[in-house]
Amino acid sequence: MELTREEQSILGGDRGEAARRALQYQIEVGRFWGARRFVPVSNVHMMGDIEVMGDGGLAYLQEQAARGARCVVGTTTNARCMDFAHCEHLGQDAVEAKKERELIAALQRMDVATTDTCINYQTVYQPHLGEHVAWGDTGTVIYANSVFGARSNFESGPAALAAALTGRTPEYGFHLSENRRGTFSVELKSALNDLADWGAVGKLVGESHQNYYAVPVFHGYRRAPTADELKHLGAALASYGSMGMFHFVGVTPEAPSVEAAMGGVSSFEKIVIDEERIEQTLNGYSLGDGDARLVVFSGPQQSLFEMKQLASLFRDRTVKAGSTCVVTTNSAVLRQARDLGYAGTLEKAGVTILQGVCFYILQNLSPMREKNRWTNMVSNSAKIVNIIGAHRFNTILRRTKDCVDIACSGVLI
Amino acid sequence: MKVITVHRAFGPAVEGEAVLSEEGFSPRYDLDRWTGVITKPGHKLEGTSIVDKICFFPTAKGGIAAGWAFYDIKWKKIAPKAFIFGVTNPVMVQGAIFAGIPITEGWSPHPREVLKTGDRVRVDPANRVIELIR
Repeated sequence: MELTREEQSILGGDRGEAARRALQYQIEVGRFWGARRFVPVSNVHMMGDIEVMGDGGLAYLQEQAARGARCVVGTTTNARCMDFAHCEHLGQDAVEAKKERELIAALQRMDVATTDTCINYQTVYQPHLGEHVAWGDTGTVIYANSVFGARSNFESGPAALAAALTGRTPEYGFHLSENRRGTFSVELKSALNDLADWGAVGKLVGESHQNYYAVPVFHGYRRAPTADELKHLGAALASYGSMGMFHFVGVTPEAPSVEAAMGGVSSFEKIVIDEERIEQTLNGYSLGDGDARLVVFSGPQQSLFEMKQLASLFRDRTVKAGSTCVVTTNSAVLRQARDLGYAGTLEKAGVTILQGVCFYILQNLSPMREKNRWTNMVSNSAKIVNIIGAHRFNTILRRTKDCVDIACSGVLI
Repeated sequence: MKVITVHRAFGPAVEGEAVLSEEGFSPRYDLDRWTGVITKPGHKLEGTSIVDKICFFPTAKGGIAAGWAFYDIKWKKIAPKAFIFGVTNPVMVQGAIFAGIPITEGWSPHPREVLKTGDRVRVDPANRVIELIR
């Protein structure tokens, strides 16, 4: 790779041992992908918690902190595996909770802002068109590339942390214009009135085109989608299809038209998503043994407007005795949701609100499932319905209002 | 000595026993991260240990969390000797390089044409080749 004078100086140790090691690692990643150079990044979002990192990862963080590692750009953290206020009643390990606190302390010593959110793009930082960032999780990356027109690859924890310490990332993948063109088109001929419908679109398109470099171009939709709708679409595309980018004609900044989004290529696959395919998707889930005792609104965390909608649906109702309904969000949204009364309404209805976590990465989730004898998990998020399978839940995607009805009745619909 | 050419590669040369999979891989979705055994129900390698093996997977699955998982299994001494992917993604590469585990992408010919599970192979990332040595 071509290195600037500044990069050579980092490699020579002028910014300390932690930054030198980080850049050396990034050079290896860049070489693998044939990157010619680095691009400066202005923001980093990283995944780092004890459930994903384990003892080895924690030891590495502590070593880097001891070497004087410091972030040189604004750096935030993704949702983590514990909300300390709920650890005990969720049956999470006290030993792991202690490690999680040590891990957070190590990140803070490096100047990481531990925001613990997977919706940084809705609440913390909104990059502009063409801005290079180094983000993970996948839902944040696809939103950055698609909706903002910013440029990021999927940056896993170690890669994002390295970018935070050096202020740059290797130039490959979605940092390059040639990889940002659409590769197939999707005409939306469905009403898509619920977030679950947007997730179903992501499932249909993602499952059938699994490829990091597949870039769908959506068009033909009857109105401008909301941020929450695009969030569920993107999260599902990334989850089912490993995709890092989409275009939405007339909505996302690099797609004034189908032709422009395709970069002048005129021959490409064209698919159509109509009402029937959405209904088939929603009706296609096995109800397992009929267990309706777990309803989850998470993956991604809830925005303020999702909290508002849930509060309105749960008003004057109660979660069925013996059932559990979990909502996850970040501290900023929760604070505002409290001030506005949404959180109070949800808690009065018996909903458990967890802060700074995502349900599917909760530490000790499998034992939690066994202890509660949960077999099914119902959610309006197509992403969480996909990724929680490793914990051996049978999962069911339902529209938001149906999820609330299931939580309050204990009966699947 | 049959040879597979790979398109991209990282890491030192290693020798070991090949495990060929017809299904993609995620260290988060498919692997028991305490034993190194693939435990996902229905995975085509369900019940197979990848510890110290040279693992051939057609594709990579999963999200960002996989990036820390390779370091985690290396720390627990249950990592494979190398990952050989048909098509991979940035997270797998970032994770394997961070853990110091050799990784390659792209293959010609397809491994199933020249190898089977249990064969002893040598992965030579510097020369972008994999050889059958027995």
